[in-house]
Amino acid sequence: MPRQFLSGHFLMKMKSMQADTAQKTSPFTRLAYLLISLTAGVLLWHLLTIVLGLPAFILPGPGQVWRRFLQSLADGQLQRHTLVTLGEVLAGLFIGGFAATCLGYLLAKSATLEKLLSPYLVASQSLPVVAIAPLLVIWFGPGILSKIIVCSLTVFFPILINTVVGLREVPQDLRDLMRTLKASPLQTFRKLEVPAALPIYMGGMRVGATLAVIGAVVGELVGADRGLGFLINVGRGQYDTALVFVAVFTLILQAMALYGLVLLIERQFLSWQSWRQEAG
Amino acid sequence: MPSSPKPALQVENLGVIFRDASGVVHALHDLTFSIPPNGFISLIGPSGSGKSTLLRVLAGLVPPTEGEVRYHTDEPKIGMVFQSANLMPWRRVIDNISLPLELKGVPRQEISERAQDLIHLVGLEGFERAYPRDLSGGMAQRVAIARALIQDPDILLLDEPFGALDALTRERMGDELLNIWHARQKTVLMVTHSIGEAVYLSDQVLALSTRPGTIILDLPVELPRPRQPEMRYAEAFSELTHTLRDTLQEDHGLAG
Ligand SMILES: Nc1ncnc2c1ncn2[C@@H]1O[C@H](COP(=O)(O)OP(=O)(O)O)[C@@H](O)[C@H]1O
Ligand SMILES: [Mg+2]
Repeated sequence: MPRQFLSGHFLMKMKSMQADTAQKTSPFTRLAYLLISLTAGVLLWHLLTIVLGLPAFILPGPGQVWRRFLQSLADGQLQRHTLVTLGEVLAGLFIGGFAATCLGYLLAKSATLEKLLSPYLVASQSLPVVAIAPLLVIWFGPGILSKIIVCSLTVFFPILINTVVGLREVPQDLRDLMRTLKASPLQTFRKLEVPAALPIYMGGMRVGATLAVIGAVVGELVGADRGLGFLINVGRGQYDTALVFVAVFTLILQAMALYGLVLLIERQFLSWQSWRQEAG
Repeated sequence: MPSSPKPALQVENLGVIFRDASGVVHALHDLTFSIPPNGFISLIGPSGSGKSTLLRVLAGLVPPTEGEVRYHTDEPKIGMVFQSANLMPWRRVIDNISLPLELKGVPRQEISERAQDLIHLVGLEGFERAYPRDLSGGMAQRVAIARALIQDPDILLLDEPFGALDALTRERMGDELLNIWHARQKTVLMVTHSIGEAVYLSDQVLALSTRPGTIILDLPVELPRPRQPEMRYAEAFSELTHTLRDTLQEDHGLAG
């Protein structure tokens, strides 16, 4: 039963993610829409600050945020903290992703192991890592180690599930084909399982990349001495709300950049499957 | 051909029973037959009569529950063509065809020469670099046949290879298969649902009963070769198809 539950759930997610990329409008039109929408947003924000006349420590205007952004760039503060968060995210993606991939492979291969572990897996899926971030900070200190652990845990589950689902979805007929050709287990892995599971696996990586950023920031908000989450705390403490905005925007950009990077890698490796997009 | 040397393949008292959580399925019961080397044999029978199971036993994918399968050579090379084309969507046509040799560690140069030969044989020139998604059903099936042929198998097993094709394409593919069989000299065992196709292509037609599948007719087809499309209208041809149809229908009637 849990198998059904897990795969059904994730396949639905996969479908919706594929639908995201299925837009058929030209890149130029899309860029135009993006620019219009962003400009409108900034204008609205600007108007809002004028109309409401709120003090800058409650709602800074776009101009103030922009100046704060330049200033934090000039004193190197923004780069330093961005790099810390980025490092935590990448380390978490790598460690959590690696562990999840290995365990996922074993789970996909062994029904017994899956039955033994699935209660924990289902439970851990419903457990928000946010809730245990404070514990991890207590146990592993306010340095980057606790953040890397939070990140690893957040990316672990989606990558694990997608590894299992990806491997399970390898068509039985292709497995049989490899058997009639007397392929070795290593050959079956390299020439069948990896390429066949890759589309779903990469979907897990995309979700993981976004979640990792959230994981890092939550960890930093709970207790840290550097990173963008720490910068948010600093800004808040000093009523430097413009700085909070700068940090938040940087986080959004970072998450988007990571997502885009995974997408790019995906396109590189999975050019054969553009039919997925056409079908969507 | 009638000088019958050692058969390419001999099946004795073969039985297959599947047991799983949902129960016991007696798929094949007490099958005995032999296939001469370089023979073209068709297997016909109602759905669920165990035709695919038989091919899977012969390919070594399913172990027999009873009886045994003996091959003329110790480790015969087997080429299997599945009911669906069963191509790897991430591989181009040429790379799909090359897969069996790649797994054997054959040098690149040789692989690409032999793959090119087969592209030619199945008439897919110009589609070498296409992905399976760009192929029609008939083209994909030809790729699958080329892939099965590239390692020059002793025995070619085909599971309803033309099931998804329209009648005319199907007849053309059948003729192409005969040409390939003739040029390459191998033993072919093909599952089909079409009585006419079975008679037209084969030296021998095996009819399976409803489940559990047993052989209810082992019909030799002594029509001259090479087969010509007009033979379909010959009297000898319709006699054979009638015999087959009556046997299958009678069995079906008995099964209720
Ligand atoms: N792996 C399996 N486990 C259980 N039952 C099976 C399995 N493979 C086939 N069967 C059953 O065996 C019977 C014969 O199936 P099959 O060989 O596919 O028939 P055909 O190809 O003639 O339509 C069917 O009832 C099918 O459900
Ligand atoms: Mg079948």
